[in-house]
Amino acid sequence: MSLLSLRPARRPVPGVFVALTITLALGWLIVMIDGGQLFNQSTTVSLLHVAAGLGLVAVGQTLVILGGSLDLSVAYVISLSTLVAAETMNGSDGALLPAVALALTVSAAVGLLNGLLVTRLRINAFIATLGVGLLLKGYLDNGYDGPAGSTSPGLVQSLGYQRIGPVPLSFLLLLAVTGACWFALARTRFGHHLVAVGGDPEVARLSGVRNDRVLVIAHVLCSLCAGLAGIYLASRLGSGAPRVGTEGLYDLESIAAVVIGGTALAGGRGGVLGTLGGVLLLASIDAIFNQLEVDAFFKQVIRGAIIIAAVAVYARRAMRKAAV
Amino acid sequence: MKRRMAATAALLLVSLVGCATDEPAATPSDGSSAPPAGAGTGEQSKFFVQADYDNELALLDAAPTGPADKPWEQVLNPKMVDTAKFKKDGPYKICFSNAALNNPWRQVGFKTMQAEVEAQGDRISEFVHVDAEGKDQKQIADINDLLGKGCDALIVSPNTTATLTPAVTAACDAGLPVIVFDRGVDTDCPVTFINPIGGYGFGHVGAEFVSQQMKPGGKVLALRILPGVDVLETRWSAAKVAFDKAQVDVVGVEFTDGDPAKTKKIVNDYIQRHGTIDGVWMDAGAVAVAAVEAFQDAGQPVPPINGEDQLDFLKMWKDEGLTAIAPTYPTYQWRTPIIAALRILDGQQVSDPWKLPQPTITQENLDSYLDPNMPPLHYAMCGCTDLPGYPQRWK
Amino acid sequence: MQLVKRRPLPPQLTRVRAGGLLPLLAILAVLLVLVAVRQPDFLAPASLMSFLGRSAPIILLAAGQYFVIVSGEFDLSVGSLVTAQVVVAARLIDSDPSRTWPVVLVLLAGGVLVGLVNGLITTRLRVPSFITTLGMFLILVGAVYLWSNGAPKGGLSEEFRRFGRRAFEDVPVFGRVPYALVVLLVLATLAVLLMRSDFGRILVAVGDNARTAELSGARVRRTRTIAFMLSGLAAAVAAILIGGYSGVSFQAGAGLEFGAITAVVLGGVALGGGRGSVVGAMLGALTLELLFTLMNFYGVSGALRPTVQGAIILFAVAVSSRRSTSR
Repeated sequence: MSLLSLRPARRPVPGVFVALTITLALGWLIVMIDGGQLFNQSTTVSLLHVAAGLGLVAVGQTLVILGGSLDLSVAYVISLSTLVAAETMNGSDGALLPAVALALTVSAAVGLLNGLLVTRLRINAFIATLGVGLLLKGYLDNGYDGPAGSTSPGLVQSLGYQRIGPVPLSFLLLLAVTGACWFALARTRFGHHLVAVGGDPEVARLSGVRNDRVLVIAHVLCSLCAGLAGIYLASRLGSGAPRVGTEGLYDLESIAAVVIGGTALAGGRGGVLGTLGGVLLLASIDAIFNQLEVDAFFKQVIRGAIIIAAVAVYARRAMRKAAV
Repeated sequence: MKRRMAATAALLLVSLVGCATDEPAATPSDGSSAPPAGAGTGEQSKFFVQADYDNELALLDAAPTGPADKPWEQVLNPKMVDTAKFKKDGPYKICFSNAALNNPWRQVGFKTMQAEVEAQGDRISEFVHVDAEGKDQKQIADINDLLGKGCDALIVSPNTTATLTPAVTAACDAGLPVIVFDRGVDTDCPVTFINPIGGYGFGHVGAEFVSQQMKPGGKVLALRILPGVDVLETRWSAAKVAFDKAQVDVVGVEFTDGDPAKTKKIVNDYIQRHGTIDGVWMDAGAVAVAAVEAFQDAGQPVPPINGEDQLDFLKMWKDEGLTAIAPTYPTYQWRTPIIAALRILDGQQVSDPWKLPQPTITQENLDSYLDPNMPPLHYAMCGCTDLPGYPQRWK
Repeated sequence: MQLVKRRPLPPQLTRVRAGGLLPLLAILAVLLVLVAVRQPDFLAPASLMSFLGRSAPIILLAAGQYFVIVSGEFDLSVGSLVTAQVVVAARLIDSDPSRTWPVVLVLLAGGVLVGLVNGLITTRLRVPSFITTLGMFLILVGAVYLWSNGAPKGGLSEEFRRFGRRAFEDVPVFGRVPYALVVLLVLATLAVLLMRSDFGRILVAVGDNARTAELSGARVRRTRTIAFMLSGLAAAVAAILIGGYSGVSFQAGAGLEFGAITAVVLGGVALGGGRGSVVGAMLGALTLELLFTLMNFYGVSGALRPTVQGAIILFAVAVSSRRSTSR
């Protein structure tokens, strides 16, 4: 830990990776005592697939939370995106690119709506995105009796099931998206402005940042990430699924991953690398508990406790830092 | 500003009213003999398949083969398939990818399955269970994970039919016998698909009873849990056909989310709006008791109603002397996959599909299913009384 | 939470204004007219009373949520707390009437305890309340499933159910007054009185600007913790009424936290604290319930309801936030 504190304070490597390492080591040991194998090929592949789906959403969620906002509509955006993609593709490889483009466009439009509601109409993000989520839920409930459309076989074979060694293509996609977001946050003006807006909107505005525009862009990017997650899920499921986002609890789980990864819910502090760690931590707990066949409800209790504990640790650190 | 706001509010609410009056008139489902009556049942579900519907209704009257006292081993219209290539020496490691354990039906079923594993004694050396928590994505990963664990047979209860198909196909390709039950998949690759007659049968039995028992020309309220779940969609679509055929006036089709408080409010408002409701149909029994209570609290007689084989409803039925029926989706089907897996590994023939009988609880046989000593949310059709640990395991 | 801190209001406007209720009252009036047009007998005393009675739990939850929100925090755990309490009540009572009152006391104490834990974690460990109560939500749901082995057991006694299901019969003028409505009126009066007391003023001041409040002598942490305890208490009362109204189920409290927060915001209370009245919050809940009833009366397709609900919430909140920023 002392090594970490030598790094520039602006972007410390979050403690979540320490927690991840300890969790994996302990998990490996316990699973082995139990007579199992945590790091065999199939378990690793499964773990990374779960991480890829949640990760894409959570990375986007990180952006809005950094900016001091929040997106509770992501679960519905995911479902919508799987349907738009799968219905447009309709089982043919030819329509692959237009379908992906259309799904992303629709997602971006939802993000734009979220962003405008939050900035122009000054609706609190919690309510605005909850309301947009309800609008989408009504559309999905009314229009779909169940899975619809059919994902192009090419996409299923590539993004859905292709892997390089134990690493699925989708996880590489997640790494690429995370890298891009890291770059945007660390090296571009948009990133600096976003963090400034999240840190103190008033100060940001006075120093010439166009707060509204920055937040709208963050919301669009967040929805784009959710749309991308939807396309990935469509490639896994082979069709569009109107309930996949909500059943997966992607709204609350993505927020949980973000805060476990060390991003402050108040905004202005944190980053996507931590979120990646948070996602991997949640997926590892899933995998370990799967191996041990732990009751899902017990797992939920543990998750609740971990979320609170992780944030308490971060808060303590922040306090100590402030005291120094 | 204020006036504009009020005007917009009015406009919004008028549009709300507008979408109510634009309610689509019932359209005849393609190929069915339903009359184009303005029955208020709406459009037919996309899940409706006429051939499956006809098939399930025919099965309701079919005579099962197999031991009469063990309905979970019985088969309707058996079509035996050869399983010699899976023959293997025991004891076996059997793996189970479960969609979820998130409702009492699945809880009762899973306990029954665990008891069946225990009852098989040393024939099963290891039983691995993975709970997908209702997430398609997790179940796909779970199945993939199980394939690396050296299972001798894989049992899958899919969360969603269409979306689990690729994962099940991959499991078949891995060469081990795959058994699917409850919801199906869109592929023939599993050795067998086990389930009771199904949703059309369930929905039809309830709807036919309600339309026959209620006063002619009466008003029916249909209560559904939630949209977009295939097993529930088929139940409603069969009920719709029955109601259309009987020219019943379905005054509302509402979603309750399985929430009893919401159910009572909806029923209450419908009673007030229409004066009386003459029949209630439901796609699952979870909120049947709440619906009955709504009539009691409104001081009205309880109309003909269907529930399910949950004991709280059966008890109320008997205590209050209801005019009721309980089509079932028996939880004893959770025993069958274990039995099937062992038969397949023995190289014995099994039926594919393995259609189990789906009994209906009526006034005549109500007493034989009502056990007041079991908890209120226990399912009477568990077929578990001869299993180890009964009744404590299910309490 | 930052997203709720962005309030460009000058401090002198933060006092509770009756005018803040205007958009809500307008919507409520329009809804009432629409109901009356479609279903004139809805406004008859008996049916109105029963409507108010069955709406009592969500109104109480909104009041409880108000205390937390006006102090600048969130409580996402109330829905799961209601579920947990109903399931616990059924198992503890196990259909034995003599256990009714002791269990009621246990539930009330349990609600306060959960609120206390929420409050302490939030104020002492400095965990944002969104996270604290989200974690508590997961823990409570998981724990209650674990404890009951996946299916609710036991049963509620008729004595317990009476609070949410029965009524004073043959009351002059009103006809039938549900017990739940009486409970609501008593607690609502207490809530209003509480907000007029010193505690109420400090609560709003803490939510408006914790720093300033602290400097002027308010005990911020204790005040916020008490707000959480009040929310837990409200959830316990709501659980007793809901369990009574509709019996035991795992769905008893599902989604109520979002319902309560929506109601509070609809009632003109600012997320982030310091602004809005408890009466507004309760009227917001009443408006939501009336909206659902209206949709039942007009037969809005079940699947379309979320869209209508979402549109109205966005509209109402947009209007009220425009009004407050344009002043």
